[in-house]
Amino acid sequence: MGKEMTESTGGIDFEDEDASGVIKKFMFVNRKAPYGTIYALESLEVVLISAAFDQDVSLTFMDDGVYQIVKGQHTKAIDVKNFSPTYRALEGYDIEKLYVEKESLEQRGLTEADLLVDVQVMSSAEIAKIMSEQDVVISF
Amino acid sequence: MKFAIMINEGVYQHQSTDSAYQFVKAAIEKGHEVPRVFFYHDGVYNASSLTDPPKDDRNIVMRWAKLAKEHNIDMVVCVAAALRRGIKEENLAEGFRISGLGQLVEAGIQADRLVVFGD
Repeated sequence: MGKEMTESTGGIDFEDEDASGVIKKFMFVNRKAPYGTIYALESLEVVLISAAFDQDVSLTFMDDGVYQIVKGQHTKAIDVKNFSPTYRALEGYDIEKLYVEKESLEQRGLTEADLLVDVQVMSSAEIAKIMSEQDVVISF
Repeated sequence: MKFAIMINEGVYQHQSTDSAYQFVKAAIEKGHEVPRVFFYHDGVYNASSLTDPPKDDRNIVMRWAKLAKEHNIDMVVCVAAALRRGIKEENLAEGFRISGLGQLVEAGIQADRLVVFGD
């Protein structure tokens, strides 16, 4: 397994490491607006790497994080890359559990129709329940 | 218990790295293990050897290096986040190493708990 593979898995060579076959539930919680800070962009990089580890990965969008997956993002005027198409590519990485907090959408006057990917809209209480079932929760 | 730590904020501006340091120290004192600390986002600034705080203040970078040496902690800085912010091998402080995000995911898999210190 060469350098290329090591790079695509973020510095891990699966042949050398103890790939013990452990599958954990990883949830990435996105709470911040897509632009203004780099959290959303860099968190997406972690999500993509996690796909290489065959873990049970889910994403939650809440608070201003719901803006990350709103349709029709135009960033040319602020000279920042529009990375929102990457969310559409998650399916290709077998990352299909996308949860959105209902209250966060409502507070911002948004509906599921405003979002650029298929998601499960759930109440705060439902999300809390799923969150409590996770092994690893990384919040951005 | 085995703790993995993720630090997402830089030095001095934000308390998260101070809190993480106190947490790691307390955990080890209580007999827990902290095999890896992973630095991401502005957290990579924790690894800058160019940091030079006033003498009457805590030296966050050297404090991490000392703790890591004493307790054999693997302190990993994300390469992509580091390059964006000008952290390279030539200004990497002692005790840290640069690697990929896979090290974070691996730490999450292997540890009993992954504790995130961020904004």
